[in-house]
Amino acid sequence: MYLNQFLFLSAVLFCIGVYGVLTRKNGVLVLMSIELILNAVNINLVAFGAFNADLGGQVFALFIIAVAAAEVGVGLAIVLLIYRNRRSIDVTEADLMKG
Amino acid sequence: MMSLLLFAQEIEPLTNTEQWVINTFFYVIALVTVVAALKMVTTNNVVHAALYLLIVLAAVAAVYIILGAEFAAATQVLVYIGAILVLLLFGVMLTRAKIGSEDDLNYDQRWIGGLVSVVLFAVMGYSLWEGFEDTKLDPAFQPQRTGDVAESIFTQYIVPFEAVSVLLLAALIGAVVVARRD
Repeated sequence: MYLNQFLFLSAVLFCIGVYGVLTRKNGVLVLMSIELILNAVNINLVAFGAFNADLGGQVFALFIIAVAAAEVGVGLAIVLLIYRNRRSIDVTEADLMKG
Repeated sequence: MMSLLLFAQEIEPLTNTEQWVINTFFYVIALVTVVAALKMVTTNNVVHAALYLLIVLAAVAAVYIILGAEFAAATQVLVYIGAILVLLLFGVMLTRAKIGSEDDLNYDQRWIGGLVSVVLFAVMGYSLWEGFEDTKLDPAFQPQRTGDVAESIFTQYIVPFEAVSVLLLAALIGAVVVARRD
């Protein structure tokens, strides 16, 4: 098994996630795309952990999973708040701070 | 004692046939992951996007198993598929997304996003190829046992572990405070 096959899978997932974040208007779909990006990072960490026979890779992948849970919790709370105040979760319409 | 000895047994290096089988599995899983991820970012149905995300998450768990990270795979299934995905579906429900397809989920100028991600992939692919070309994983690499992972978390990585615990608590309290109706 080449190391690069895992790294390339991770790179493809990362780029698809970036595409999703850039093109989706729906707030929940943006959060889902961010999960894709975090998963890509996790594949990298686990692959390098296996490559170097080091446990740190897997441990930090676990930390990232925990942080992703926290991120989704707060992100969804914010999306719900936007929905409650504006009756829409279109992220292009949340532009009160625009100069 | 006997069971401990059994546990500590080294796993033999993979034979060529075994490596070929695992590689085939990997490419099938990678194909499934990429197709599901592409469908996820292009589908016009929010619930379908969540279900495609489920496929991606399950396939990533399979990749962890191939890499010998069993505990990360189990956690991926429990936390991502069990908790985060359900949370996202609740988000879909509470924001009253239409059941069925919508035509207003994407920006009109999607090609800019496509261009950005293709350029990003070109840069990352080039540097990965330059950096690791045909570096191979050691065919004798050992699966990382859960016991060792636990020991590592509670000795070497105890400070980040506690920091993540506090972060999780703070994030959950913050989420409740933000989303609560007064």
